[in-house]
Amino acid sequence: MAHAHESNKKRIWIVLIMLTIITTVEVVLGIIKPSYLYLTSFLGTSPLNWIFIILTLIKAYYITWAFMHMEGETKWLRRTVVWTAFFLVSCLLIVLLFEGEYLYSTLAPLVKW
Amino acid sequence: MELNIDIAKSKETWNGGGAKPFGASYGKMMMWFFIVSDALTFSGFLAAYGLTRFKFIDSWPIADEVFTHFPGLHGVHAPMYYVALMTFILIVSSVTMVLAVDAGHQMKQKSVAWYLFATIIFGIIFVGSQAWEWKNFISGSYGAVKTTDGKILQFVKDGHQIALSDFVVGERTDHRVQHSKYNGLWFEKEETIPNYSIVQIKEAYQSNSDIQIRSELIDPATKQKIILSREEGLAQLSKTRLVVEGANLEVNEYGNTIFADFFFFITGFHGFHVFSGIILNIIIFFNVVIGTYERRGHYEMVEKVGLYWHFVDLVWVFVFTFFYLV
Repeated sequence: MAHAHESNKKRIWIVLIMLTIITTVEVVLGIIKPSYLYLTSFLGTSPLNWIFIILTLIKAYYITWAFMHMEGETKWLRRTVVWTAFFLVSCLLIVLLFEGEYLYSTLAPLVKW
Repeated sequence: MELNIDIAKSKETWNGGGAKPFGASYGKMMMWFFIVSDALTFSGFLAAYGLTRFKFIDSWPIADEVFTHFPGLHGVHAPMYYVALMTFILIVSSVTMVLAVDAGHQMKQKSVAWYLFATIIFGIIFVGSQAWEWKNFISGSYGAVKTTDGKILQFVKDGHQIALSDFVVGERTDHRVQHSKYNGLWFEKEETIPNYSIVQIKEAYQSNSDIQIRSELIDPATKQKIILSREEGLAQLSKTRLVVEGANLEVNEYGNTIFADFFFFITGFHGFHVFSGIILNIIIFFNVVIGTYERRGHYEMVEKVGLYWHFVDLVWVFVFTFFYLV
């Protein structure tokens, strides 16, 4: 095993605190929904949604790197997993979300679902 | 083939012999393979959800108005609190799992067992909470009607949604009796019939002038559902085809049926993963207790199951964002 047998407890607790804070921020924003973030639009959706997505990616980073111990794996195992998933998911999302937008704006007026 | 692949001489083929590409053992490598492919499966579901949501962007149900229950708080509007608590529970279970892995590195058999036990308990609490969410979603909270053109109409008073039972008085008046296997047609039972008939709801609407109808459509300026005037409401209400109470795969009192379909499918698939994780955790818990890994000299199995458990947590983080927040 690449990592030694020392304890990582301190790091684990710090990550728990970070994840809790981020989740709390998400929930508070989701309940208050400040209108300047919620009712405005930025790059196709509201800034509030972008904040949620970015916070989610930060959480995903902490879970993968600290809990799944990605930071202790070799560089190429990390890249094999992360780059593959990131590339394929990005392609899928771009294609499907554009398709959904097309269904709404172009096809919906002509078709009864 | 022998030239290319270094076949281990020992019989340990299940462990992949001594070969460790990327410094990861065979089992860990296969767990990563599985996780990547499973991540793509979940991405497929969430991307399909995204497509459908963009397709119905002007009428998608608003999540805060759907998931409003909290155990012990009846009738209190508590959007998101419970699902936030569930998220926290799953994160804590991930922490106890990683503590079990950590204790395994130091060969502390007892701590590993206790941390695994905690992980199992938190996992069970999470699955139970999800079952409770399903129960609330299926039984519904307000009731609505569905029109011939497939739209859901909800009832509001002073801008707040009210339940059918809040303004429709009395029992079901058309003397319609639930068909069971014994009194129905040709020994077939029918689906549960709603508490009120369509006529009754129309009459109640007409006799209460302070009740308005809320359509499915979202006003882009306020991102709230559009509330119809009394006359428009009556026109829509006259198109009523069916009374809807709760949600299932065919109708959904909160709005688009496909919202309910995705809810059941995605949270159900995730819940099934949590359930499998609990089973795996129970198996390795007993292995830890009887000392299997102590004799083996390492706790790598705990690490591998831990990878899976964290992955389930990771998926939930995304489901939480895209189903409840965005």
